[in-house]
Amino acid sequence: MHLKYKIQGGNFSKAGFASSEVKKILRQLSIEPKTIKRLVVALYEGEVNIVAHAYNGLITVDIDTEKVTVTLKDNGPGIPDIDKAMEQGYSTASAAVREMGFGAGMGLPNMKKNTDEMTIKSVVNEGTEVIFINYI
Amino acid sequence: MKVTDILNWENTSLACGKNSIENQITNGYNSDLLSDVMGNASEGMAWITIQTHKNLVAVASLKDLACIIIANNNKPAHDLLDAAEEEGIPVITTSLPAFEFAGKLYNELNK
Ligand SMILES: Nc1ncnc2c1ncn2[C@@H]1O[C@H](COP(=O)(O)OP(=O)(O)OP(=O)(O)O)[C@@H](O)[C@H]1O
Ligand SMILES: [Mg+2]
Repeated sequence: MHLKYKIQGGNFSKAGFASSEVKKILRQLSIEPKTIKRLVVALYEGEVNIVAHAYNGLITVDIDTEKVTVTLKDNGPGIPDIDKAMEQGYSTASAAVREMGFGAGMGLPNMKKNTDEMTIKSVVNEGTEVIFINYI
Repeated sequence: MKVTDILNWENTSLACGKNSIENQITNGYNSDLLSDVMGNASEGMAWITIQTHKNLVAVASLKDLACIIIANNNKPAHDLLDAAEEEGIPVITTSLPAFEFAGKLYNELNK
């Protein structure tokens, strides 16, 4: 199964929509609740990162019999230092974004913790691509 | 305990989600950082916060939380209430500060 969601940068009122849709579908497929819980945390954090940090993006979710592969690709400022971005507490979120309770610098560490494999590729001033895999 | 039990307390009222007030509360989590809740809360918890915007609903729904408690007289945004009603997440407002509400809930859950 192949799913696709377009994400608009800056549109917080829709943040989490794609994650909710994917959660519903995984439930319908009777995937183990524990597996769904982890995947949903990682997916939500990735989705919100596009909304908070990029201009626009595309999330694709591929589900087969042994794994779920999620690709989050955006057009945006990119990440100059990925190791630094992975550190808990590191954030460049704007004051307005922080006021909403985002920008704790916990999203990428949450993604790492809740995925089986995760890779980040990023080009400054072009965009970022995060790919993760969770086995089911 | 259930969400409805909290509604018997003074200084609390239900802002929306009355179809889900039988939700069981297993524990509580107090945080105003959404990624903290995403990473550390678990199913069935009552989430105590002073945030008031719509994004709380996605977090609560994705994490299967029992309810959202908005503390210290903060008023939930209208679009939060609409989204919570749709997702079946009870939203409770309280005049108590988050610390006091959390203490009360903690005592109740550990009776
Ligand atoms: N898609 C992205 N495009 C550009 N920069 C990003 C992207 N994702 C993450 N970053 C950078 O990495 C930093 C850390 O990301 P992380 O998700 O861990 O924290 P945050 O988004 O700032 O806060 P939180 O996720 O706790 O709300 C961000 O502040 C930002 O600088
Ligand atoms: Mg983030």
